[in-house]
Amino acid sequence: MTTAPGQGRSACDRRGFLRALGVCGAGLALSPAALAQAQAEGNPYGVLVDTTQCVGCRTCTRVCAEGHGLPVPEDVCRERTTERQLTVVDGRAVADPRVDTGAVFVKRQCLHCLQPACASACLTRAMYKHDAGPVTWDKGKCMGCRYCMVSCPFDMPKFEYHSAAPHIRKCDLCADRLAAGELPRCVAGCEAGALTFGRRADLLLEARKRIATEKDAYHAHIFGEREAGGTSWLYLAAVPFDKLGFPGDLEYVSYPNLTKEFLYGVPVVLTLVPPLLLGIAKATHRDTLPATGGRRA
Amino acid sequence: MRDATRSISPARAELARVSSFLRQELRPRGRILTPFNVITATLVLATAVILFFRFAYGLGSVTNLNQDYPWGLWIGFDVVTGVAFAGGAYVVVFLVHVLNLERYRPIVRVTVLNGFLAYVFYAGALVLDLGRPWNVINPVIGNSFGVSSVLFLVAWHFMLYMLAELIEFSPAIAEWLGLERLRRFLERMTLGAVILGISLSILHQSGLGALFLMAKSKIQPLWYSEFIPIQFLVSSVFAGLSMVIFEGTISRRVFHHRASASFHFSQERIVVGLSRICAGAMFVYLFLQALVFLHGQDWRHLTAGWGSWYLLENVGFVAAPCALFALAWRNRSTPLARWAAVLAMLGVILNRLNVSVIAWQPHAAVRYVPTWMEFVVTLGVISAEIWVFRWIVNRMPVLREEPAHATTVAPVSNAEPTHLRKEA
Repeated sequence: MTTAPGQGRSACDRRGFLRALGVCGAGLALSPAALAQAQAEGNPYGVLVDTTQCVGCRTCTRVCAEGHGLPVPEDVCRERTTERQLTVVDGRAVADPRVDTGAVFVKRQCLHCLQPACASACLTRAMYKHDAGPVTWDKGKCMGCRYCMVSCPFDMPKFEYHSAAPHIRKCDLCADRLAAGELPRCVAGCEAGALTFGRRADLLLEARKRIATEKDAYHAHIFGEREAGGTSWLYLAAVPFDKLGFPGDLEYVSYPNLTKEFLYGVPVVLTLVPPLLLGIAKATHRDTLPATGGRRA
Repeated sequence: MRDATRSISPARAELARVSSFLRQELRPRGRILTPFNVITATLVLATAVILFFRFAYGLGSVTNLNQDYPWGLWIGFDVVTGVAFAGGAYVVVFLVHVLNLERYRPIVRVTVLNGFLAYVFYAGALVLDLGRPWNVINPVIGNSFGVSSVLFLVAWHFMLYMLAELIEFSPAIAEWLGLERLRRFLERMTLGAVILGISLSILHQSGLGALFLMAKSKIQPLWYSEFIPIQFLVSSVFAGLSMVIFEGTISRRVFHHRASASFHFSQERIVVGLSRICAGAMFVYLFLQALVFLHGQDWRHLTAGWGSWYLLENVGFVAAPCALFALAWRNRSTPLARWAAVLAMLGVILNRLNVSVIAWQPHAAVRYVPTWMEFVVTLGVISAEIWVFRWIVNRMPVLREEPAHATTVAPVSNAEPTHLRKEA
């Protein structure tokens, strides 16, 4: 987010350069070098969704479907993504003086958590968080247990229940295009300026700047900054997010944290319990067994 | 196969003996057209047909699973509940092999066999539920280890525990085949397998609860707490033992001719002793539930419909059987213990289904209700398991602790007539 104190000057310069690159990312092509840099610095790419700018044209849903080889969806607003539609635009009627049109459009898709519940839940690493930002799914590894769906607090992974070789479907942040130095399709297709692509740290700065400079236009909260431990997609809105159908009961720690204590307990149990049991067995063992008692333990 | 034989011809004779014995044993026995057989065969056949459609057209063609309910009856009942019921095996081997309480030795083999078969069939049911089952070996062979996943831990513990239970049961197989030296070799591995098995059970019984830790916003708060793993572990103790009591009641009648006199004689003492353990475990569980309830400040949830459902589960099906178990112990009453066991089992079914299915996504637009086909497959899996259980009990020394035909190397033909009476 900000340069850590004590870092060398060259790192500062590089950061500055990359930040400029990131903020201008909407227009600039990405270089593979920059991508590698993002990975190295733990500052993934993300997208800032400014719902005050979205006009609800749903171009993003069309280019997404075309790009992912899915049927072009009906041109309507939907609340939830499906296994056929990886991103939707949710139209919400909102009665609030800050919303002059009376409607707010919210693009919905996988939020690409920094520490995704789905990826930590996956026992085959089919669901995988790339350092560059995207959480992707690998059909060669997935066994279709759907534990990712159980775990995701946003209910984003969708399963093809009517296929003999089902896929898990969700937004992949166009990882193939990122690797080739191109923008995600929805960002490239958005003409309303509602979507800004860049590095997450820079997007957070940008979001804060908008909130600070236009206090009346924004509700002072960046959704995704801390929710679920932080997400790569960030949202700005004029009204509180629970009015826009965002889940209100989210953790601020990452979801994998909820199973951390249990997993830490595993090696403890496996190293302490067997010797304890062996000790008890030896301590309670009678050397002379009753005649009817049968075998030694 | 046997390592100890030195010269060829005795080994060959032994092999010939075992194989001819096996050929005889594989034949079905007893009447085939019993009502039980007809009903279970119908269920198994129907299951086969349903599974054909499931694998040809996807899970959606036979189940009501949807995007809000990725796990339904097959996981919630077959796996999550079934494994809790299989918990009797690790508790009983703990009593007998670790605490050396000889009183419970007569039920060790039948309990371990039940546990082993439960795991084999419920792990099998898990494969039916997988969307891409051909990738099921991925977390096993090591090309992609998702070590941060609770499910990875549970899967590995299932596999290792099945192996441990097989080793625990294997002396009975060696006795059945009349392989005395192999039996002695296998018996020496028992304590190791028991200790490994108990450690694995502690982890995967609690692990089944830990699976739901990340679903914090999806489970009705009365059923969610960070203590789910401990609750699942404690309830697996009385779930498993209630199953032992319940199953013992049935086995005693159905396999009367297969059980030794001491098995019948010791039944009452065993049931009363297990009742006492159940009462204790259930008290601990209730205490834990109360602690979690108060700590979570869940009073406000009690007034809604979910509150009555929660009270029904914990008062009607935990507190009540807990008291019944205590009474059964005090009055040395086996019938009371059986009623308590049935109530306790219903309580465990309720609890596991509440966490995994019923209290799951209480605000979902479309609630999940299993299709009749999901019920049929569940019953079909149970039927197939009972068939295998019956086949083994009717042949191997399971309900008798020291079978004569295995310890003395008797000719094969002598081993036959005693088992032949009832259906098989």
